[in-house]
Amino acid sequence: MTSPLVSIRGLEKRFDLTGSLLEQISFEGGRFRRKQEAVHAINGVDLDVQRGEALCVVGESGCGKSTVARTVMGLLSPSGGEIHYDGQRIDNLDGKAALPYRRKMQMIFQNPYASLNPRMTIQQTLEEPIRFHHPDWSNIAVRDKIHEVMHSVGIDPDWGSRFGHEFSGGQRQRIAIARALAVDPEFIVADEPISALDVSIQAQVLNLLMDAQESRGLTYLFITHDLAVVEHFGTRVAVMYLGRVCELADTATLFATPRHPYTQALLSAIPKLEDDRPNHIRLQGEVPTPVNLPSGCVFHGRCPYANDRCRAEVPELIATDEGARVACHAVEEGRL
Amino acid sequence: MALLEVKNLDARFAVRGGDLTALRGISFSLDKGERLGLVGESGAGKSVAAFSILNLIAKPGYIAGGQILFEGRDLAAMSERELRGIRGNRIAMIFQDPMMTLNPVLTIGTQMVEAIQAHRKISKKEARAIALDRLQKVQIPSPEKRLDQYPHELSGGMRQRVIIAIALLLDPEIIIADEPTTALDVTIQAEIMDLLLNLCEQENVALMLITHDLGVVSQVTQRMLVMYSGRIIEQGPTREIINDAQHPYTQGLINALPQMGEPGDRLFQIPGAMPSLKNVPTGCPFHPRCHFATEQCKHSMPEYVRSGNVDVACFEVANLIEQEKQMQEAES
Repeated sequence: MTSPLVSIRGLEKRFDLTGSLLEQISFEGGRFRRKQEAVHAINGVDLDVQRGEALCVVGESGCGKSTVARTVMGLLSPSGGEIHYDGQRIDNLDGKAALPYRRKMQMIFQNPYASLNPRMTIQQTLEEPIRFHHPDWSNIAVRDKIHEVMHSVGIDPDWGSRFGHEFSGGQRQRIAIARALAVDPEFIVADEPISALDVSIQAQVLNLLMDAQESRGLTYLFITHDLAVVEHFGTRVAVMYLGRVCELADTATLFATPRHPYTQALLSAIPKLEDDRPNHIRLQGEVPTPVNLPSGCVFHGRCPYANDRCRAEVPELIATDEGARVACHAVEEGRL
Repeated sequence: MALLEVKNLDARFAVRGGDLTALRGISFSLDKGERLGLVGESGAGKSVAAFSILNLIAKPGYIAGGQILFEGRDLAAMSERELRGIRGNRIAMIFQDPMMTLNPVLTIGTQMVEAIQAHRKISKKEARAIALDRLQKVQIPSPEKRLDQYPHELSGGMRQRVIIAIALLLDPEIIIADEPTTALDVTIQAEIMDLLLNLCEQENVALMLITHDLGVVSQVTQRMLVMYSGRIIEQGPTREIINDAQHPYTQGLINALPQMGEPGDRLFQIPGAMPSLKNVPTGCPFHPRCHFATEQCKHSMPEYVRSGNVDVACFEVANLIEQEKQMQEAES
């Protein structure tokens, strides 16, 4: 197997909640105490993104999927672990050294109403990244490139002088995709790119992303909560829960034989057209707060199969017969 | 007689440069204990339809024509004072974002007691007992404790349970739920929908469920309406429409779902987007996006035709039905 394009190793990210030193100190029972609290958004994630694939990361709010996306892109710096791009460690690079990677890696955001500058025309929006990364290009080369990307996302190049607010949500997302494609990236991180769109527009944008992948040989890291989209779009799927990957498998394998109890519950909760009644697996309780992580397996409090080992020991990802990787003691012990 | 009967409802928004028509001739009915789904994309007018039932569309919106008969009385012609006796009492609403509908500075208990006492002359203690009973019905863990908690102390799923408990406080005949689970995660959504469905069945409450999720509609409702650009374009039994949609737009909506395509293949896509109210196309509002559009579709508005138990507003469907009839006549 060839080496992965992007490799995430032991990634951790904590967000400090307590602020400065003075805010951390309190006076209790005649003594000064220093208290530090943090949101543990990612707790040891290992993922490889292979060239040409679409790796989907799914999970519910607060599972850390968007934090993974932002950390990979360098928008957040990791609290621990490493990120490699094409064999080169990139999470510790400074501005100048990181520049070539900033061009190769582009991002598409969830809300096209927020990700386009309202005071820039579409022409300016698309021109900015090209001029930044190719300062030596002539005006004609820049204009041709803008025409090419606008055409490829289905936006009439004559509309370049319009502003973002003149477009519908679906068109804005097309423009956001054009902006990402304008600098010829290899790797695109898409963070819930279709969640804010209507059903008929979602299909248009998904088709566009698949066309772009085919014609430009792109590799995607696709973040979503919508499992139906994953089944259609993803090459492989990583299911996250409370900052950890609990199952990683080929899309077809994951949907045919989900092994982790959380994956099973998540899949059963998708409302399907052929259902006459909701028939989901009921989980106990709710997702615990990432401030005080549960001991052992992060899912044990809601898992119907949890035992003492699950409460004490953190499960590692272990390969199954189907070729998937599952972090679950019950699966490992053959109880499930 | 149907519990709720909406007849030829028109709603408009008065803006500079003339009125915008948000609802055009909406007609449907809701029986006692029936569950009705209202489906459409943003801008289709489904929320306006739901809000106008209780005359809750905010200015500059207004009801321009038609009737909303609730137990035979016209809500559209009622005074504000009379309506207040019905809102939250006989017809309750559940909104999308529970944080927006709960008052952040009052405890859950205070808000529930307030709602009961607005409609019934009973003591605070009795009202609190009713509130506790409803919180138990929505299966909130430790309900007594919740009465004295503030909304921010509850999770999103629990807040939506509280909202459902509030809707049930005065034993309404109808609950109108506007995208009640859109802000929630899938596993929580499944639980809330299950709860809402079971409660409506137990208490024999009619449910009008507004959603864009066809999966939820097929799980929860018995009949459904599909709206496009302020019109109902198809209505009938949910199973019949999901399995064999007649209108090209409904067909497109269903076929555009990722689960309908083979993994990796291009999805079916409806070209274009829903028109804005400012420039609604002439004739059938769907014609610029429709594969079957003819000259007739561009100029005149299709009337409803019946196919099976489904009412559809489409010339193409009408023609097909006509052809079938002629073939049958020719055979016999």
